[in-house]
Amino acid sequence: MPSFVIAEKCDGCKAQDKTACQYICPNDLMTLDRNLMKAYNQEPEQCWECYNCVKICPQQAIEVRAYQDFAPLGGNVIPMRGSDSIMWTVKFRNGSLKRYKFPIRLTAEGANNADTIYAGLPEPNFDDLKKPGFFNGPCKAE
Amino acid sequence: MEKETCTFSYCQKPEIVEVEADLLLVGGGMACCGAAYEAARYATPKGLKVVMVDKAAADRSGAVAMGLSAINTYLGENKVADYVKYVRGDLMGIIREDLVADLGRHVDNSVHLFEEWGLPIWKKGDDGFSLDGFQARDEGKALLKDGGTPVRSGKWQIMINGESYKVVVAEAAKAALEYNRKATGMAQNLYERVFCVKAFKDANDPKRIAAVAGFSVRENKVYIFKAKAIINAAGGAVNCFRPRSIAEGQGRAWYPVWNSGSGYALGLQVGAELTMMENRFVPARFKDGYGPVGAWFLFFKAQARNAMGEDYCTGENFEATKKLYSPYAEKMGTAIRNHMMMMDMKAGKGPIWMNTHHAMEAINKTFVEKFGEKDAQKKIKHLEAEAWEDFLDMAIGQAGLWASKNVEPNKEPSEIMPTEPYLLGSHAGCAGFWVSGPGDIPGTPPEWSWGYNRMSTVKGLFMAGDVVGASGHKFSSGSHAEGRLAAKAAIALILDEPNFKPTIKETADEICAELYLPFEVYEKYKTYSTDPLTNPYYIRPKMLQARMQKIADEYFGGCATWYMTSKTLLEEGLKLLQLLKEDANKMAAANLHELLRCWENYHRILSVEAHARHILFREETRYPGYYYRGDFLPIDDTNWKCFVNSTYDAATDTYTLKKVPYKELFA
Repeated sequence: MPSFVIAEKCDGCKAQDKTACQYICPNDLMTLDRNLMKAYNQEPEQCWECYNCVKICPQQAIEVRAYQDFAPLGGNVIPMRGSDSIMWTVKFRNGSLKRYKFPIRLTAEGANNADTIYAGLPEPNFDDLKKPGFFNGPCKAE
Repeated sequence: MEKETCTFSYCQKPEIVEVEADLLLVGGGMACCGAAYEAARYATPKGLKVVMVDKAAADRSGAVAMGLSAINTYLGENKVADYVKYVRGDLMGIIREDLVADLGRHVDNSVHLFEEWGLPIWKKGDDGFSLDGFQARDEGKALLKDGGTPVRSGKWQIMINGESYKVVVAEAAKAALEYNRKATGMAQNLYERVFCVKAFKDANDPKRIAAVAGFSVRENKVYIFKAKAIINAAGGAVNCFRPRSIAEGQGRAWYPVWNSGSGYALGLQVGAELTMMENRFVPARFKDGYGPVGAWFLFFKAQARNAMGEDYCTGENFEATKKLYSPYAEKMGTAIRNHMMMMDMKAGKGPIWMNTHHAMEAINKTFVEKFGEKDAQKKIKHLEAEAWEDFLDMAIGQAGLWASKNVEPNKEPSEIMPTEPYLLGSHAGCAGFWVSGPGDIPGTPPEWSWGYNRMSTVKGLFMAGDVVGASGHKFSSGSHAEGRLAAKAAIALILDEPNFKPTIKETADEICAELYLPFEVYEKYKTYSTDPLTNPYYIRPKMLQARMQKIADEYFGGCATWYMTSKTLLEEGLKLLQLLKEDANKMAAANLHELLRCWENYHRILSVEAHARHILFREETRYPGYYYRGDFLPIDDTNWKCFVNSTYDAATDTYTLKKVPYKELFA
C-alpha cells in the first residue's frame, strides 16, 4: 500500500480544515474521502515509506505495509514520535520484537522563531556581501 | 496530430494570484532553507521581500524529508584542499574546483547552526565510544563550534540523531522568513503546496529572469511570482529510468521519489547553461530496500564479497579495470567499485553480499577481549541499536524489509546491488547548471566567475543544491551552505540594480491556459470512452512516466542493458523521446494531484533528454559503473578531460553542446 489508514481509527481530523497526513505528505499522496470522512493513500506506488504521515497522525491510524514487490507479509515498523525523542518498535515476521529509542531534538519545538532566530548574532555587514563568509562569521581559512 | 490548446471551454479557469518579491526561493529543501536564513538577515534591514515556494510542506520537504543518520560533509579538522581532492577523485577527475573549495570552506558554519537549533549530534565519549545527542548533553560535551569532538563514520562524515533533521532546519528557515515578513509587511511569504512549472525571462532584458509560474495543488489557483532575483533549488531527478521494482515498490527509490527534475526543467527551459548532465549516480545499496551501506562499510568495517566469498575489487577484475580506466581505477572511487561489482554479477558470481555477520563477529571478538564478556555484550547492544538507527532515521523501508524477511544482521549477510540511475548534483553526482564561482580561489579562470556567486548564465537566476553542476558531494549540509552563498550573492545583485522591475511579456491568461492544458484536454475528451483511463485523445501522467522510463531504461543505459548504451541506441531513444515530448501536449489530468504528476513527469522528460544528449556528445566512458558507451568503452583523458556544457533553445527545441576546458586548481 505502502502507507495505509486503519478505517476504525481514522476520524478524518474532523475539527481541522485539512487532515494532518494530507498536510505533511511530501509527495501529495494522502487525501480525504469526503463521503467516508477518512483519509487514504491515493497513489501507493509513489510512496517512499518516509513515515511522515504515520508519525504525524493524532489517532495513530496510519501504518505501513511493506512493498509487496519484494517484502513478505508479517513484518511491521511502528514509530511513536514525541517532542524530543522517538520510540521504534520493529516486529519481525516470526514475531520477535526489537525496540529502540533515539533522540530527535535538543531544543523545544518552536524554539526557533522570528524573535529568537537572529538574537545575539552579528548585524549583517553590507561591505562584505561579495566576500567569502556568512553574516555570522568568516569561512574556514584553509 | 492537431495541437491542443486551452481556452477554458471545458475546464474551469483558476483564480490568478500575482506575487511580487525581491528574492524568490523555488524549493523548500535544505538549499532553500539555507537561502531563507541568510537572505532574510541581509534583506530585512533594506526592506527587501523574500518569498519561498515549496511544492510540499517545508517541515518535511526535499531530500531530507524522512531524516538522515549522518551529515556527510563536515570538514572540522580537515583541510579544504583535501576535500576538493576527495570530491575530484570520486567524480572521476572533472569538477569545478572553485565551487567545491568555496563549499568546503563554508559548510561547517551551517552544521554549527544545526546543532544550535537543536539537532542532536553524536560526540565521542571519554572511553572512545560514541554518545548520542542526549548522552553528550548530559555529560556536558561541548558543541562542535566550541571544539566538541564528533563521531566520524568516515573522514568527512559525522553521525547524528537525525529523525527530525529537516524539521529543525525548516523551523529556522520559517523563523527567518517570518522575521522578514513582519518587517516588510507582506501578508504571506511562504507558499506551501504550490508547484512551480515554468520560469519566464524579462520582457525588456531577454538575458534576465523575471518570474516563475506555478499552481496550487490544493485549490484552483495559478500563481505568478515576479522577482528581481530567483534561487532555483528544486532538486534532482528520480525515476526517469525504469526502476528495478516496477509495482508499488517503485516508490522505494533510493533518492526521494518526489525529486521530479523540476530544478533542471525550470532552468534549462529559459536557456541556462548546463554542465556535466552526462553524470549520473548509481548507488550500490542493500537490495530492494535501498538502505544505506555507508555506516556498515565505514563504521562497522563490513566487507562486500561475491557469492564465492571473494573480493570483487582485486585480482583479474582489478587488472582488467586498470587496462580501461587507469589511473582512475587505482583511486577505487564509487564508480570503479560499482564497475567491478557488476563484472562479477554479469559473470554469474552473485549475489553480492554485505557480510554484516562477519563484521559483527569481529567486533564481538575485539570487545570481549578488551572489556570482558559482560561489558562487551552491553556495548554490542548499543552498537546494534546504532545500526538499526541508521535505517530508521533515513530508510525505514529497509528496516521493514529486514523485519519481514526475519533478517538478523549479526547472523546472516544481506544482498547489495546497484540501483537504477539518478540525476543529481548534491550527493555523489554532479549533473546540473554551469554557475559563476566565488572568483577568489587562486588560479580560477576568469571566465568561471561573472560577478555573482552561484548565478547561472541567465542573469538573476541563481542555483543551489542538486542543480549546481560539476560540484558534487555537498550532501545535506553543503546544500544548506550553498543556498546561503547563493542568497548572499542574489541580495548583492538586487542591491546593485535597485531600479530593475521584473516584467514578462506573457499574459496571466496565457500562463493559466498553458498550466491548465491537461485539465482542458481531459474534460474535452473524457466522455468519448466508457473508461476515462483508456482514451485515444490523451495520455495520463502514469503512462507518460512509464513510456519515458522504458525509453530511458532500454536506450540510455538503464538496468535493462546493464547501463550500456551507444551512439546508435541514444539516437534511437532520443527519436522516441521526441515523440513523447510531442505527446506531452496531450497530457490529461482529472484532478489537481494528476496535474502535479503531469508536470512533474514533463520535467523528468526534459531532464532525461539533457542527460541523453550529454552522454551522446561525450565520446568516452567517463563513469564506468554508472554508464558505458559501448562504442567508446575506455576513459579518454586526451580528448575528454573537459566539461561538457549545453544550452537548450526552447523556441527551436534544439540543444547546442560544447567542450569547456577543465582546470585543476588544487594539485
